[in-house]
Amino acid sequence: MESLAILKRVGERFPGKVLELSERKPDPFAVVDSASIVEFGRFLRDDPEFAMDCLSNETGVDYKEHVEVVYHLFSYSHRHGCELKVKLPRANPEVASVEEIWRAANWMEREIFDLLGVNFIGHSDMRRILMPEDWLGYPLRKDFVEPLEYHGIATVRESPIIRLDQQKKK
Amino acid sequence: MSEAFHTEEMTLNMGPQHPSTHGVLRFVIKADGEVMREAIPDVGYLHRSIEKIAEKVGYHGFMPYTDRVDYVCAMFTNQGWAMACEKLGNVEVPRRGEYCRVIATEFNRLASHLLTVGLMGMDIGAMTPFLHALREREMINDLIEELCGARLTFNYMRIGGVAWDLPPGWREKAIAYLDHLAPILDEFNSLFSYNKICIERLANVAVIDAADAINYNLVGPNLRASGVNWDVRKDMPYSVYPELEFDVPLGSGEWGTTGDAMDRYMMRIREMVQSSRILRQALKQMPEGAVLGKVVRNFKPPAGECQIRVESARGDQGWYVVSDGTGFPWRVHVRTGSFAAMGMIQKLSRGLMIADLVVLIASLDVIAPEIDR
Repeated sequence: MESLAILKRVGERFPGKVLELSERKPDPFAVVDSASIVEFGRFLRDDPEFAMDCLSNETGVDYKEHVEVVYHLFSYSHRHGCELKVKLPRANPEVASVEEIWRAANWMEREIFDLLGVNFIGHSDMRRILMPEDWLGYPLRKDFVEPLEYHGIATVRESPIIRLDQQKKK
Repeated sequence: MSEAFHTEEMTLNMGPQHPSTHGVLRFVIKADGEVMREAIPDVGYLHRSIEKIAEKVGYHGFMPYTDRVDYVCAMFTNQGWAMACEKLGNVEVPRRGEYCRVIATEFNRLASHLLTVGLMGMDIGAMTPFLHALREREMINDLIEELCGARLTFNYMRIGGVAWDLPPGWREKAIAYLDHLAPILDEFNSLFSYNKICIERLANVAVIDAADAINYNLVGPNLRASGVNWDVRKDMPYSVYPELEFDVPLGSGEWGTTGDAMDRYMMRIREMVQSSRILRQALKQMPEGAVLGKVVRNFKPPAGECQIRVESARGDQGWYVVSDGTGFPWRVHVRTGSFAAMGMIQKLSRGLMIADLVVLIASLDVIAPEIDR
Protein backbone atom coordinates (compact mmCIF):
# COMPACT_ATOMS: atom_id res chain seq x y z
CA MET A 1 0.00 0.00 0.00
CA GLU A 2 1.14 3.55 -0.66
CA SER A 3 2.17 5.31 2.52
CA LEU A 4 -0.36 8.11 1.96
CA ALA A 5 -3.14 5.54 1.56
CA ILE A 6 -2.04 3.86 4.80
CA LEU A 7 -2.15 7.16 6.65
CA LYS A 8 -5.64 7.90 5.31
CA ARG A 9 -6.88 4.47 6.41
CA VAL A 10 -5.39 5.02 9.86
CA GLY A 11 -7.15 8.39 10.01
CA GLU A 12 -10.47 6.69 9.30
CA ARG A 13 -9.80 4.07 11.97
CA PHE A 14 -8.91 6.63 14.66
CA PRO A 15 -11.19 9.62 14.04
CA GLY A 16 -9.97 12.77 15.72
CA LYS A 17 -6.63 11.31 16.74
CA VAL A 18 -4.78 12.06 13.51
CA LEU A 19 -4.21 15.76 13.98
CA GLU A 20 -2.62 16.58 10.67
CA LEU A 21 -2.11 14.69 7.44
CA SER A 22 0.58 16.17 5.30
CA GLU A 23 1.35 15.56 1.67
CA ARG A 24 4.38 17.71 2.11
CA LYS A 25 6.69 16.72 -0.66
CA PRO A 26 8.45 14.46 -1.12
CA ASP A 27 7.44 12.23 1.81
CA PRO A 28 3.94 12.23 3.38
CA PHE A 29 3.47 11.96 7.13
CA ALA A 30 0.74 12.11 9.77
CA VAL A 31 0.92 13.98 13.05
CA VAL A 32 -0.93 11.94 15.64
CA ASP A 33 -2.15 12.53 19.16
CA SER A 34 0.88 12.06 21.42
CA ALA A 35 -1.19 10.44 24.20
CA SER A 36 -2.21 7.54 21.97
CA ILE A 37 1.03 6.69 20.14
CA VAL A 38 1.19 3.28 21.81
CA GLU A 39 -2.37 2.56 20.68
CA PHE A 40 -1.42 3.51 17.10
CA GLY A 41 1.71 1.37 17.28
CA ARG A 42 -0.09 -1.71 18.54
CA PHE A 43 -2.82 -1.37 15.95
CA LEU A 44 -0.40 -0.91 13.05
CA ARG A 45 1.73 -3.83 14.17
CA ASP A 46 -1.08 -6.30 14.89
CA ASP A 47 -3.59 -5.49 12.15
CA PRO A 48 -2.94 -7.97 9.32
CA GLU A 49 -3.72 -5.31 6.74
CA PHE A 50 -0.74 -3.21 7.86
CA ALA A 51 1.51 -5.65 9.80
CA MET A 52 4.18 -3.06 10.56
CA ASP A 53 6.55 -5.46 12.24
CA CYS A 54 9.56 -3.16 12.14
CA LEU A 55 10.30 0.25 13.59
CA SER A 56 12.76 1.20 10.93
CA ASN A 57 13.71 4.56 12.39
CA GLU A 58 12.80 6.72 15.34
CA THR A 59 14.28 10.14 15.73
CA GLY A 60 13.55 13.61 17.00
CA VAL A 61 13.60 17.10 15.53
CA ASP A 62 13.68 20.41 17.39
CA TYR A 63 11.50 23.02 15.64
CA LYS A 64 12.15 25.89 18.13
CA GLU A 65 8.41 26.11 18.98
CA HIS A 66 8.01 22.42 19.69
CA VAL A 67 9.86 19.12 19.55
CA GLU A 68 8.79 16.31 17.26
CA VAL A 69 9.42 12.60 17.55
CA VAL A 70 9.34 10.88 14.15
CA TYR A 71 8.51 7.19 13.70
CA HIS A 72 9.26 5.41 10.44
CA LEU A 73 7.33 2.15 10.46
CA PHE A 74 7.87 -0.64 7.99
CA SER A 75 6.33 -3.98 7.16
CA TYR A 76 8.55 -6.74 5.80
CA SER A 77 5.59 -8.92 4.84
CA HIS A 78 3.70 -6.25 2.87
CA ARG A 79 6.79 -4.23 1.91
CA HIS A 80 5.22 -0.91 2.75
CA GLY A 81 5.85 1.75 5.35
CA CYS A 82 4.59 5.01 6.75
CA GLU A 83 5.76 7.93 8.82
CA LEU A 84 4.09 9.07 12.03
CA LYS A 85 4.97 12.07 14.15
CA VAL A 86 4.05 13.39 17.55
CA LYS A 87 4.39 17.03 18.53
CA LEU A 88 5.54 17.72 22.07
CA PRO A 89 5.95 20.90 24.10
CA ARG A 90 9.53 22.07 24.19
CA ALA A 91 9.65 22.76 27.94
CA ASN A 92 9.15 19.23 29.23
CA PRO A 93 8.64 16.84 26.33
CA GLU A 94 7.25 13.48 27.39
CA VAL A 95 5.77 10.65 25.38
CA ALA A 96 5.06 6.99 26.03
CA SER A 97 7.79 4.58 24.97
CA VAL A 98 7.07 2.14 22.14
CA GLU A 99 9.78 -0.23 23.37
CA GLU A 100 7.19 -2.86 24.30
CA ILE A 101 5.95 -2.93 20.70
CA TRP A 102 9.29 -2.85 18.88
CA ARG A 103 12.44 -3.70 20.86
CA ALA A 104 14.54 -1.64 18.47
CA ALA A 105 13.03 1.46 20.07
CA ASN A 106 15.11 0.89 23.20
CA TRP A 107 18.33 2.38 21.84
CA MET A 108 16.72 4.84 19.46
CA GLU A 109 14.71 6.37 22.31
CA ARG A 110 17.83 6.55 24.45
CA GLU A 111 19.50 8.48 21.65
CA ILE A 112 16.59 10.92 21.37
CA PHE A 113 16.62 11.39 25.15
CA ASP A 114 20.35 11.97 25.04
CA LEU A 115 20.46 14.47 22.18
CA LEU A 116 17.05 16.18 22.38
CA GLY A 117 15.89 15.67 25.95
CA VAL A 118 12.62 13.88 25.22
CA ASN A 119 11.59 11.73 28.16
CA PHE A 120 10.07 8.37 27.23
CA ILE A 121 7.65 7.12 29.87
CA GLY A 122 7.80 3.39 30.50
CA HIS A 123 11.24 2.96 28.94
CA SER A 124 13.25 0.28 30.69
CA ASP A 125 16.66 1.98 30.65
CA MET A 126 16.42 5.75 30.21
CA ARG A 127 20.10 6.71 30.32
CA ARG A 128 22.32 8.81 28.10
CA ILE A 129 23.85 6.73 25.34
CA LEU A 130 26.30 8.79 23.25
CA MET A 131 27.15 11.71 25.52
CA PRO A 132 28.83 11.27 28.93
CA GLU A 133 26.49 10.53 31.85
CA ASP A 134 27.14 13.91 33.49
CA TRP A 135 26.75 16.04 30.37
CA LEU A 136 24.50 19.06 30.77
CA GLY A 137 22.04 20.05 28.05
CA TYR A 138 20.84 18.41 24.89
CA PRO A 139 23.18 18.99 21.93
CA LEU A 140 20.67 18.72 19.09
CA ARG A 141 18.42 21.41 20.58
CA LYS A 142 18.69 24.51 18.44
CA ASP A 143 19.53 26.74 21.42
CA PHE A 144 22.25 24.47 22.79
CA VAL A 145 25.46 26.29 23.61
CA GLU A 146 28.51 24.08 23.88
CA PRO A 147 30.32 24.51 27.21
CA LEU A 148 33.91 25.71 26.83
CA GLU A 149 35.31 22.86 28.85
CA TYR A 150 34.41 19.45 30.17
CA HIS A 151 36.20 18.31 33.35
CA GLY A 152 39.03 20.71 32.62
CA ILE A 153 39.40 19.55 29.01
CA ALA A 154 38.90 22.38 26.56
CA THR A 155 36.25 21.72 23.91
CA VAL A 156 37.57 24.49 21.66
CA ARG A 157 41.08 25.30 20.57
CA GLU A 158 42.60 28.35 19.00
CA SER A 159 42.90 28.14 15.26
CA PRO A 160 46.41 27.12 14.19
CA ILE A 161 46.08 29.32 11.10
CA ILE A 162 45.44 32.43 13.18
CA ARG A 163 48.35 31.50 15.45
CA LEU A 164 50.68 31.14 12.46
CA ASP A 165 49.59 34.55 11.16
CA GLN A 166 50.32 36.15 14.50
CA GLN A 167 53.77 34.53 14.65
CA LYS A 168 54.57 35.86 11.18
CA LYS A 169 53.61 39.40 12.22
CA LYS A 170 56.02 39.22 15.16
CA MET B 1 30.38 -33.09 48.95
CA SER B 2 27.82 -31.68 51.27
CA GLU B 3 27.86 -28.15 49.93
CA ALA B 4 26.96 -27.24 46.37
CA PHE B 5 29.83 -25.90 44.30
CA HIS B 6 30.01 -22.22 45.09
CA THR B 7 29.90 -19.80 42.16
CA GLU B 8 29.51 -16.04 42.10
CA GLU B 9 28.96 -13.40 39.49
CA MET B 10 31.93 -11.29 38.53
CA THR B 11 31.98 -8.08 36.58
CA LEU B 12 34.57 -7.71 33.86
CA ASN B 13 35.49 -4.75 31.75
CA MET B 14 36.20 -5.23 28.05
CA GLY B 15 37.42 -2.28 26.04
CA PRO B 16 37.37 0.50 25.08
CA GLN B 17 40.72 -0.35 23.52
CA HIS B 18 40.28 -4.08 23.18
CA PRO B 19 41.68 -5.15 19.81
CA SER B 20 38.65 -7.16 18.78
CA THR B 21 36.01 -4.60 19.56
CA HIS B 22 36.20 -3.11 16.05
CA GLY B 23 36.84 0.45 17.01
CA VAL B 24 36.49 2.10 20.36
CA LEU B 25 33.65 0.54 22.29
CA ARG B 26 33.32 -0.96 25.71
CA PHE B 27 31.42 -3.79 27.34
CA VAL B 28 30.62 -4.38 30.96
CA ILE B 29 30.42 -8.16 31.21
CA LYS B 30 28.66 -9.91 34.03
CA ALA B 31 29.93 -13.45 33.99
CA ASP B 32 29.75 -16.59 36.04
CA GLY B 33 32.96 -18.38 35.19
CA GLU B 34 33.26 -18.46 31.41
CA VAL B 35 29.55 -17.99 30.78
CA MET B 36 28.15 -14.50 30.47
CA ARG B 37 24.98 -13.51 32.27
CA GLU B 38 24.94 -10.29 30.30
CA ALA B 39 27.21 -8.02 28.31
CA ILE B 40 26.16 -4.40 28.55
CA PRO B 41 27.51 -2.30 25.66
CA ASP B 42 28.76 1.19 26.45
CA VAL B 43 29.02 3.24 23.28
CA GLY B 44 29.66 6.88 22.48
CA TYR B 45 33.47 6.97 22.50
CA LEU B 46 33.46 7.93 18.82
CA HIS B 47 30.60 10.41 18.93
CA ARG B 48 31.64 13.31 16.71
CA SER B 49 28.24 15.01 16.49
CA ILE B 50 28.12 14.56 12.74
CA GLU B 51 24.38 15.24 12.66
CA LYS B 52 24.91 18.58 14.40
CA ILE B 53 27.75 19.47 12.01
CA ALA B 54 25.35 18.95 9.09
CA GLU B 55 23.18 21.77 10.39
CA LYS B 56 26.17 24.14 10.26
CA VAL B 57 27.98 23.37 7.00
CA GLY B 58 25.34 23.27 4.28
CA TYR B 59 24.40 20.66 1.72
CA HIS B 60 27.53 20.51 -0.44
CA GLY B 61 29.82 21.06 2.52
CA PHE B 62 28.52 18.06 4.41
CA MET B 63 29.66 15.53 1.80
CA PRO B 64 33.19 14.97 3.22
CA TYR B 65 31.75 14.58 6.72
CA THR B 66 29.53 11.72 5.57
CA ASP B 67 32.70 9.71 4.89
CA ARG B 68 33.32 9.69 8.63
CA VAL B 69 29.95 8.17 9.47
CA ASP B 70 31.26 4.82 8.33
CA TYR B 71 34.82 5.04 7.16
CA VAL B 72 35.02 1.38 6.16
CA CYS B 73 32.41 1.85 3.45
CA ALA B 74 32.27 5.59 2.91
CA MET B 75 30.90 5.35 -0.63
CA PHE B 76 27.52 4.33 0.73
CA THR B 77 27.25 7.21 3.17
CA ASN B 78 28.25 9.51 0.31
CA GLN B 79 25.53 8.01 -1.82
CA GLY B 80 22.88 8.13 0.91
CA TRP B 81 23.49 11.81 1.51
CA ALA B 82 23.60 12.64 -2.20
CA MET B 83 20.38 10.72 -2.85
CA ALA B 84 18.57 12.42 0.03
CA CYS B 85 19.58 15.85 -1.30
CA GLU B 86 18.59 14.86 -4.83
CA LYS B 87 15.18 13.69 -3.67
CA LEU B 88 14.62 16.91 -1.72
CA GLY B 89 15.87 19.20 -4.47
CA ASN B 90 14.54 17.09 -7.35
CA VAL B 91 17.91 16.75 -9.05
CA GLU B 92 18.50 14.39 -11.98
CA VAL B 93 21.65 12.29 -12.04
CA PRO B 94 23.11 11.48 -15.48
CA ARG B 95 23.08 7.79 -16.29
CA ARG B 96 26.83 7.49 -16.49
CA GLY B 97 26.98 9.14 -13.08
CA GLU B 98 24.66 6.46 -11.70
CA TYR B 99 26.85 3.75 -13.18
CA CYS B 100 29.95 5.35 -11.65
CA ARG B 101 28.14 5.30 -8.30
CA VAL B 102 27.22 1.65 -8.60
CA ILE B 103 30.76 0.69 -9.59
CA ALA B 104 32.31 2.71 -6.77
CA THR B 105 29.90 1.41 -4.13
CA GLU B 106 30.16 -2.21 -5.19
CA PHE B 107 33.96 -2.04 -5.09
CA ASN B 108 33.60 -0.52 -1.67
CA ARG B 109 31.29 -3.36 -0.64
CA LEU B 110 33.96 -5.83 -1.72
CA ALA B 111 36.56 -3.95 0.30
CA SER B 112 34.34 -3.76 3.36
CA HIS B 113 33.33 -7.42 3.25
CA LEU B 114 36.96 -8.47 2.75
CA LEU B 115 37.83 -6.61 5.92
CA THR B 116 34.90 -8.22 7.75
CA VAL B 117 35.77 -11.80 6.81
CA GLY B 118 39.43 -11.14 7.56
CA LEU B 119 38.61 -9.67 10.95
CA MET B 120 36.48 -12.69 11.72
CA GLY B 121 39.61 -14.81 11.30
CA MET B 122 41.65 -12.52 13.48
CA ASP B 123 39.00 -12.40 16.19
CA ILE B 124 38.91 -16.14 16.58
CA GLY B 125 42.68 -16.31 16.68
CA ALA B 126 43.87 -16.83 13.10
CA MET B 127 46.09 -14.06 11.80
CA THR B 128 46.75 -15.48 8.32
CA PRO B 129 43.23 -15.11 6.82
CA PHE B 130 43.26 -11.48 7.95
CA LEU B 131 46.47 -10.81 6.03
CA HIS B 132 45.15 -12.62 2.96
CA ALA B 133 41.96 -10.59 2.99
CA LEU B 134 43.78 -7.33 3.56
CA ARG B 135 46.17 -8.06 0.70
CA GLU B 136 43.17 -8.19 -1.65
CA ARG B 137 41.59 -5.14 -0.06
CA GLU B 138 44.74 -3.12 -0.71
CA MET B 139 44.27 -3.64 -4.45
CA ILE B 140 40.72 -2.31 -4.27
CA ASN B 141 42.04 0.65 -2.31
CA ASP B 142 44.55 1.25 -5.11
CA LEU B 143 41.76 1.16 -7.69
CA ILE B 144 39.58 3.55 -5.69
CA GLU B 145 42.56 5.82 -5.05
CA GLU B 146 43.02 6.10 -8.79
CA LEU B 147 39.33 6.90 -9.11
CA CYS B 148 38.97 9.59 -6.47
CA GLY B 149 42.34 10.24 -4.88
CA ALA B 150 41.60 8.79 -1.46
CA ARG B 151 41.85 5.33 0.04
CA LEU B 152 39.45 5.53 2.95
CA THR B 153 37.44 8.75 3.17
CA PHE B 154 36.55 9.06 -0.46
CA ASN B 155 34.39 12.17 -0.87
CA TYR B 156 33.76 10.88 -4.39
CA MET B 157 30.10 11.70 -4.87
CA ARG B 158 28.44 15.02 -5.34
CA ILE B 159 24.83 16.10 -5.28
CA GLY B 160 23.81 15.32 -8.87
CA GLY B 161 26.42 12.70 -9.72
CA VAL B 162 30.04 11.91 -9.00
CA ALA B 163 33.09 14.14 -8.93
CA TRP B 164 35.24 12.39 -11.53
CA ASP B 165 34.75 10.04 -14.43
CA LEU B 166 36.67 6.75 -14.56
CA PRO B 167 40.32 7.44 -15.46
CA PRO B 168 41.59 6.09 -18.81
CA GLY B 169 42.37 2.39 -18.66
CA TRP B 170 40.64 1.99 -15.32
CA ARG B 171 37.90 -0.25 -16.67
CA GLU B 172 40.44 -2.85 -17.88
CA LYS B 173 42.24 -2.76 -14.55
CA ALA B 174 38.97 -3.24 -12.71
CA ILE B 175 38.00 -6.25 -14.83
CA ALA B 176 41.48 -7.71 -14.40
CA TYR B 177 41.07 -7.34 -10.65
CA LEU B 178 37.70 -9.13 -10.69
CA ASP B 179 39.28 -11.97 -12.70
CA HIS B 180 42.00 -12.15 -10.08
CA LEU B 181 39.57 -12.08 -7.14
CA ALA B 182 37.33 -15.02 -8.14
CA PRO B 183 39.93 -17.78 -7.54
CA ILE B 184 41.18 -15.94 -4.45
CA LEU B 185 37.72 -16.18 -2.90
CA ASP B 186 37.70 -19.94 -3.53
CA GLU B 187 41.13 -20.16 -1.98
CA PHE B 188 39.96 -18.13 1.00
CA ASN B 189 37.01 -20.46 1.44
CA SER B 190 39.11 -23.59 1.41
CA LEU B 191 41.73 -21.96 3.64
CA PHE B 192 39.40 -20.51 6.23
CA SER B 193 35.61 -20.63 5.69
CA TYR B 194 35.31 -24.40 5.35
CA ASN B 195 38.04 -25.01 7.87
CA LYS B 196 36.83 -27.27 10.65
CA ILE B 197 38.01 -24.88 13.35
CA CYS B 198 36.14 -21.96 11.80
CA ILE B 199 32.92 -23.94 11.46
CA GLU B 200 33.15 -25.28 15.02
CA ARG B 201 33.68 -21.80 16.38
CA LEU B 202 30.89 -20.13 14.40
CA ALA B 203 28.13 -22.68 13.80
CA ASN B 204 25.19 -22.54 16.24
CA VAL B 205 26.65 -19.52 18.05
CA ALA B 206 24.34 -16.56 18.81
CA VAL B 207 21.37 -17.70 16.73
CA ILE B 208 18.96 -14.92 15.74
CA ASP B 209 15.56 -15.96 14.41
CA ALA B 210 13.74 -13.94 11.78
CA ALA B 211 11.12 -12.44 14.13
CA ASP B 212 13.78 -11.20 16.55
CA ALA B 213 15.92 -9.83 13.75
CA ILE B 214 12.99 -7.74 12.49
CA ASN B 215 11.91 -6.71 15.98
CA TYR B 216 15.40 -5.42 16.76
CA ASN B 217 15.61 -3.79 13.33
CA LEU B 218 18.64 -5.71 12.13
CA VAL B 219 19.41 -4.86 8.52
CA GLY B 220 21.42 -6.02 5.56
CA PRO B 221 23.45 -9.23 5.68
CA ASN B 222 22.57 -9.77 9.36
CA LEU B 223 18.86 -9.75 8.53
CA ARG B 224 19.23 -11.92 5.44
CA ALA B 225 21.29 -14.45 7.39
CA SER B 226 18.15 -15.02 9.49
CA GLY B 227 16.24 -15.85 6.34
CA VAL B 228 14.42 -12.55 5.69
CA ASN B 229 14.54 -11.79 2.00
CA TRP B 230 15.04 -8.04 1.95
CA ASP B 231 17.60 -6.18 -0.07
CA VAL B 232 16.99 -2.51 -0.76
CA ARG B 233 18.72 -2.87 -4.13
CA LYS B 234 16.10 -5.41 -5.19
CA ASP B 235 13.00 -4.48 -3.22
CA MET B 236 13.11 -0.67 -3.27
CA PRO B 237 15.31 -0.24 -6.32
CA TYR B 238 17.38 2.90 -6.60
CA SER B 239 20.08 4.07 -8.99
CA VAL B 240 20.50 1.62 -11.93
CA TYR B 241 20.12 -1.61 -9.94
CA PRO B 242 16.96 -2.66 -11.86
CA GLU B 243 19.14 -2.96 -14.97
CA LEU B 244 21.61 -5.27 -13.30
CA GLU B 245 21.18 -8.93 -12.63
CA PHE B 246 22.15 -10.39 -9.27
CA ASP B 247 20.88 -12.76 -6.61
CA VAL B 248 20.17 -12.04 -2.96
CA PRO B 249 21.82 -14.77 -0.87
CA LEU B 250 19.95 -15.87 2.23
CA GLY B 251 21.02 -17.69 5.37
CA SER B 252 20.45 -21.41 4.99
CA GLY B 253 21.65 -22.96 8.22
CA GLU B 254 23.91 -25.23 6.18
CA TRP B 255 26.45 -25.64 9.00
CA GLY B 256 24.14 -25.30 11.99
CA THR B 257 21.04 -23.24 12.55
CA THR B 258 19.66 -20.54 10.28
CA GLY B 259 20.77 -17.18 11.63
CA ASP B 260 23.88 -18.33 13.48
CA ALA B 261 27.26 -16.64 13.31
CA MET B 262 28.41 -18.94 10.51
CA ASP B 263 25.45 -17.92 8.36
CA ARG B 264 26.19 -14.27 8.96
CA TYR B 265 29.84 -14.83 8.08
CA MET B 266 29.03 -16.76 4.88
CA MET B 267 26.63 -13.99 3.86
CA ARG B 268 29.60 -11.71 3.27
CA ILE B 269 31.43 -14.28 1.16
CA ARG B 270 28.34 -14.87 -0.98
CA GLU B 271 27.65 -11.16 -1.35
CA MET B 272 31.18 -10.65 -2.63
CA VAL B 273 30.45 -13.08 -5.45
CA GLN B 274 27.25 -11.16 -6.28
CA SER B 275 29.05 -7.81 -6.11
CA SER B 276 31.60 -9.10 -8.60
CA ARG B 277 28.73 -10.07 -10.90
CA ILE B 278 27.18 -6.60 -10.61
CA LEU B 279 30.54 -4.97 -11.28
CA ARG B 280 31.19 -6.98 -14.42
CA GLN B 281 27.79 -6.04 -15.84
CA ALA B 282 28.06 -2.39 -14.83
CA LEU B 283 31.54 -2.02 -16.30
CA LYS B 284 30.29 -3.54 -19.54
CA GLN B 285 26.97 -1.70 -19.87
CA MET B 286 28.19 1.72 -18.85
CA PRO B 287 26.91 4.40 -21.25
CA GLU B 288 28.93 7.40 -22.37
CA GLY B 289 28.08 10.91 -21.25
CA ALA B 290 28.45 13.32 -18.36
CA VAL B 291 28.90 12.10 -14.79
CA LEU B 292 27.72 15.19 -12.92
CA GLY B 293 24.42 16.98 -13.50
CA LYS B 294 23.99 20.72 -13.21
CA VAL B 295 23.46 21.70 -9.59
CA VAL B 296 23.63 25.29 -8.38
CA ARG B 297 26.47 25.99 -6.00
CA ASN B 298 24.09 27.61 -3.54
CA PHE B 299 21.92 24.52 -3.23
CA LYS B 300 18.63 25.30 -1.48
CA PRO B 301 16.07 22.51 -1.70
CA PRO B 302 12.43 23.51 -1.08
CA ALA B 303 11.15 23.06 2.47
CA GLY B 304 10.20 19.46 3.11
CA GLU B 305 11.55 16.22 4.42
CA CYS B 306 12.42 12.83 3.05
CA GLN B 307 13.85 9.49 3.97
CA ILE B 308 16.22 7.55 1.75
CA ARG B 309 17.30 3.96 2.13
CA VAL B 310 20.57 2.69 0.71
CA GLU B 311 21.86 -0.87 0.88
CA SER B 312 25.27 -0.30 2.43
CA ALA B 313 27.77 -3.04 3.25
CA ARG B 314 26.38 -3.01 6.77
CA GLY B 315 22.80 -3.03 5.52
CA ASP B 316 19.91 -0.72 4.91
CA GLN B 317 21.09 2.78 5.80
CA GLY B 318 18.35 5.33 6.33
CA TRP B 319 18.92 9.04 5.79
CA TYR B 320 16.23 11.32 7.19
CA VAL B 321 16.70 14.91 6.09
CA VAL B 322 14.52 17.91 6.93
CA SER B 323 14.95 21.05 4.87
CA ASP B 324 13.55 24.46 5.80
CA GLY B 325 14.26 26.01 2.42
CA THR B 326 17.58 27.62 3.38
CA GLY B 327 21.08 26.57 2.37
CA PHE B 328 21.51 24.57 5.58
CA PRO B 329 19.61 21.39 6.44
CA TRP B 330 17.36 21.76 9.48
CA ARG B 331 17.96 18.24 10.68
CA VAL B 332 19.87 15.23 9.40
CA HIS B 333 19.59 11.80 10.92
CA VAL B 334 21.27 8.65 9.74
CA ARG B 335 19.96 5.32 10.92
CA THR B 336 22.79 2.83 10.61
CA GLY B 337 22.99 -0.94 10.72
CA SER B 338 25.63 -1.11 13.44
CA PHE B 339 23.51 0.95 15.84
CA ALA B 340 20.68 -1.56 15.68
CA ALA B 341 23.03 -4.56 15.82
CA MET B 342 24.75 -3.14 18.88
CA GLY B 343 21.39 -2.66 20.59
CA MET B 344 20.76 -6.36 20.25
CA ILE B 345 24.04 -7.56 21.76
CA GLN B 346 22.82 -7.26 25.36
CA LYS B 347 20.03 -9.73 24.61
CA LEU B 348 22.16 -12.09 22.53
CA SER B 349 25.00 -12.23 25.05
CA ARG B 350 22.94 -14.02 27.72
CA GLY B 351 24.34 -17.49 28.15
CA LEU B 352 27.19 -17.09 25.66
CA MET B 353 30.81 -17.82 26.49
CA ILE B 354 33.05 -14.77 26.86
CA ALA B 355 35.15 -15.98 23.94
CA ASP B 356 32.02 -16.06 21.79
CA LEU B 357 31.31 -12.39 22.41
CA VAL B 358 34.06 -11.43 19.97
CA VAL B 359 32.58 -13.87 17.45
CA LEU B 360 29.20 -12.22 17.95
CA ILE B 361 30.59 -8.71 17.41
CA ALA B 362 32.56 -9.79 14.36
CA SER B 363 29.65 -11.71 12.84
CA LEU B 364 27.32 -8.72 13.23
CA ASP B 365 30.01 -6.64 11.49
CA VAL B 366 29.74 -3.81 13.99
CA ILE B 367 31.79 -0.72 13.19
CA ALA B 368 32.07 1.72 16.09
CA PRO B 369 32.01 5.07 14.20
CA GLU B 370 28.76 4.05 12.59
CA ILE B 371 27.15 3.47 15.99
CA ASP B 372 28.23 6.76 17.48
CA ARG B 373 28.32 9.07 14.47
